[in-house]
Formats: sequence, structure tokens, C-alpha cells
Amino acid sequence: MTRTNIALLVLIACVAALPLFGDAYAMRLGTMACMYAIFALSWNIVGGFAGYPSFATAAFFGLGAYTTGILMNKGVPLSVSLLGALVLCLVLAAALGAVLLRLRGHYFAIASLSLVEVFRELVNNATDLTGGGMGLNIPLVSGSSVLSDATFFFYAMWGLLLLTALVVIAVSASKLGFGLNCIRQNETASNMVGLNSTLHKAVAFGLSACFVGAAGGLYAAWVHYIDPSDVFDILYSVKPIVMALMGGLGSPLGVVCGAFVYLGLEEVVWRNYIQIHSGVLGVLIILLLLFLPHGLISLHASKIWRGLFGRKAKHV
Amino acid sequence: MLAIQVLINALVLGCLYACIAIGFSLVWGVLNVINLIHGSFIVLGAYLAWGAYNALGLSPWYSLLIAAPSFFVFGYLLQRLLLNRVITAPVLVTLTLTFGLDLILNNAMIYYFKADYRKLILNPPTGSVSIFDVVVPVDRLIATASALALTFLLYLLLRRSKVGRAIVAVRLDRDAAVLMGVNVKSIYAVAFGLGAALAGCAGVLMALIFPISPLTSSAYLGKAFVVCVLGGLGSVSGALAGGLLLALVEGVGSVYLGPAHAVTLSFVLLIIFLVVRPQGLLGRKGFE
Repeated sequence: MTRTNIALLVLIACVAALPLFGDAYAMRLGTMACMYAIFALSWNIVGGFAGYPSFATAAFFGLGAYTTGILMNKGVPLSVSLLGALVLCLVLAAALGAVLLRLRGHYFAIASLSLVEVFRELVNNATDLTGGGMGLNIPLVSGSSVLSDATFFFYAMWGLLLLTALVVIAVSASKLGFGLNCIRQNETASNMVGLNSTLHKAVAFGLSACFVGAAGGLYAAWVHYIDPSDVFDILYSVKPIVMALMGGLGSPLGVVCGAFVYLGLEEVVWRNYIQIHSGVLGVLIILLLLFLPHGLISLHASKIWRGLFGRKAKHV
Repeated sequence: MLAIQVLINALVLGCLYACIAIGFSLVWGVLNVINLIHGSFIVLGAYLAWGAYNALGLSPWYSLLIAAPSFFVFGYLLQRLLLNRVITAPVLVTLTLTFGLDLILNNAMIYYFKADYRKLILNPPTGSVSIFDVVVPVDRLIATASALALTFLLYLLLRRSKVGRAIVAVRLDRDAAVLMGVNVKSIYAVAFGLGAALAGCAGVLMALIFPISPLTSSAYLGKAFVVCVLGGLGSVSGALAGGLLLALVEGVGSVYLGPAHAVTLSFVLLIIFLVVRPQGLLGRKGFE
């Protein structure tokens, strides 16, 4: 295990201490932070390791949310519903991935974007099952007190984040991660040397979807009400990309840091400038892309040191 | 009779779809940038027509004359000052950058115009013509004719003018164009400006027919995606073919499956086309 992966696990472990000195608001923020980190880590499998610009996060987030919501309305307990959402997203994404990931570049981006539209419209039109545009109410899970509810969902989301991080670390250390790296660098060449790139990409797409789907399920149980325009919001697809760009594409530690920093910025903007928050987000994206294209992780301590004190290293 | 009505509707709507998509297709083809701000440009053009008509009493035809140059300058500057800096970066970067721009423009429009749906209501109304039992509103006919005219103008520009030939050259082979003395950065900016101008003009035409709201921008963008992929990237005839096919599929789908499923159908078609025939109906390498 590399140093950055240990740092990632330490960071996640630190987050778990939040309930010791937090009120319900801090718990809500903590749950959001874990959810965003799951998004970023999951997106990183396809977007960072394999280098495919996926916009499908919102599709599987919504799918997971609706699967869990529908199952819970039929009386299935939360844990089983979440598992159902996870497995459904894994299988469906792997199957779709085998087809869609044959496309490259812009074509793949547009196909994954349209996936969100298709899922949203399907849910919108299946009124009998999903409630359509009226949305879906989800039964309360514990409902004993506000704080215990908040603590429960915080730990549930945190546990899912830990699971995601462990899987991502395992992927990055395994042959699968190596194969995805090869695909990013030169797909044709990796095909030539006998790498089954379709299989690799399908598995990667499935893994990147399943935790997002489970997070969507938890989100649905947490907020008790979902509707198609909320959970299939295209912003859920874009936010992980911004987080990954902010933290540093391809590095699990980087993208999780990016997710936390992004949530902090979003919360500050949302609280102070509610009417123009999406515009401020846009400005942020542009500044980020123009001035920090390799993310926060590219700011090495030594570089900052040099920047501050003006010393030039002899060996670069 | 229903079949003929559906066909006529598809023909009318298809030309409008082509007009929506053609600027998007030009930018995608020449710059290799998916311009996510396109939908918001269209809505901004619609607001321009709406404001000019209600505040100044200018008819939408004059708004076209205002929209084209002002959007061109806006797009030109955007490309020159911002997008040209990252034009060589990977797909993800340019895509995310235009998404950021779209967030800003859309938020600004919601802030200034509010999210209410508005409508440009011509006074006196233009009415409709009916031949046998087929009914076509006159304003739709006029908008379609203007959309076709705009499309033809772009075709002429790319075909006959010097700058148009340079755009085609950059699209065909960027490096060879540089060797022939084409200033690629400036051609990029011109192409992006043209894309913006076409979006603005399309918006003016849309204002005649559809309700106006910042929230509709993503629907326009979605149409542009589908038309480009169906018809084939980067050719005027491809955009027309894609627009007509999309309108036909939506029309027939609405009649037989219900209008709620038309959007689903169009995106499913998009994904099928991407997988089976990514070059589109009339895909070719050159932009003519």
C-alpha cells in the first residue's frame, strides 16, 4: 500500500470522529461530504484511471435512489434495499458499459449524458411505479430523534465511503487498475498486447456505478422524498468532475480532498449568495481549469516552500 | 390525413431543429469542442427578440439583424480570450469549461429575467393556413423559412467566402491549414462566433413559437446533441437530415406512444446511433 493510500484511509478515519463534537448541522454536512467523496472516488475509476469522461453519475445516483425508494415502499428493509440498488447498478452499468465504452472522447461524453436523460424520462413516465413527476415518499427508518437519525445516516454514508475507498485502493493496486491505466495511455496498443479492454472497461463502469447507486439509496432514505428532477440532476454528474479536477485527476487521495474542499466552497457560496450560487460555481470551474489544471495535489509542499521563499532547487 | 399532418409538422419542426443544431455542429466539427453554452445562447436570443418586441416594438425580423452581429462578437471574444487557452487540452477540460460558462450565463438569465415562462405574442396574430384538413400556423411557416434561409447562408459562407474556405480547411486538416498560412486561432474564434450567431438567430426564431425561459436551455442543447449525432457531424446537409429525422421520430412517437415518450425515444435513438453508426446519416469528413 502506498503512502497516499494510507493518507486517504487516515483522512477518512478522521471524518468518523465528527459526531464527537458536532450538532445536527455538522452531521448533515458530514453526510454530504461522505456522499461527495463517494461520487468523486467512483467517478475516478472511469474518469481518472481509464480516462473516459463519464457524465453518467447522476443516472446511477437516481437509479439507486429510486430502486431503494420503491423497495422500501414495498416493505423491504433499508439494508436489503441498498444491497438491491448496489447490485442492480453494478449489473446494469456493466452491461451498458460494455456497449457505451466502445465510444471514445466526445461521443462517450454525450452518450453518458443522454443516459441521464433516458433514465429521468423513464422514471418520469412510469407513474404507477415511481409516482412520476409527483415524486416518491419514502418511509422513515428510525425516526426516534433528529440527532440520532442524523448520526445514523452519517455513519451509514461513512461506512459506504470506507467501502468505496477500500475497493478503489484494491482496484488501483490490482491488475484491473493496471489495465485501466494502459487503456488511458493507449487503448489501441493495450488491445494489441492482448488486454481485454471491453471487459476491463465494463467492470470499471460497473464499479463506478454501484457505490453511487447505493449512495443514492441512502440519500433517498435520508431525505424521505425524491423526485426525478432532483435525483437525476445533471449537476450530480458534473460535480464529481469538478471535484476530481480540483483535487487532482486519477489520485484517490486527491479526489477525496477535492470533494471536501468543493463541499466547503459550495456551502459557503450557498449560504451567502443563494441567488447566484450556480454562477459562482461556474466562475470557480473556469478559474480552476485556467489556473490549476492539475488540481490541489499538484501543489507539493516543496513547491509552495520554493514559491514562498524564492529558492530554486538545484536538481529538478 | 393524420399521416400527412404529422409529415408536414415534422418538416416544419425539422428545419427548426436543424437551425438549432447547426451552430453546435460547426463548433464541434471545427474546434472539436462540445459547446454546452449553446442552449443558453439560444434562450438569450429568444429573450433578445422578446425584449426588442415588447420594449421597442421591433419585429423579430429586425431582431435577427441585431442578434447575428452581437452574438458573433460575444462568441468571438469568448473564444479569443478564454477557450483558445485550453483548446489543446483533453475533452474533459473544454467540456467542463463550457459547462462553467453555461452555469454563469444561465444563472445570470434566471437572475435578470426570472424563471417565469414568457411568450412573444405577435399583434396582430398571423393566423394559420389550412389546405384540406392539414393545418399549419403561419408563424411556424415563416420561422421555418427563415431557418432554412439561415442554413443556406451558412452553406454559402462556407462554400464561397475566403474565411469559410479557411474554416473548412482547418476542419479537414489543421496542420496543413497552418502550413498554408491560415491563422488557426483566429479561425477558431470566427467559427465559435458564427456558432454563437447562429444560436442567437435560432433563439429569435424559437421565440416566435415556443415559450421562453432560462430553464428551456438544456432541452435545446439536448436537441442539438441528437440532431448532430443522427445527421452526422460537421456538415450543413447532415444537420438538416438529422433535424428532419428527429422531428419525424418525435412526431410519429408522439402519435403512437404519447408525447411523454417522445423525448425518451429520441435519446434512445441517439444512443443506438452512437453505437451503431457514429458518423451519422450523412457523415463525411469535410464541412461543406
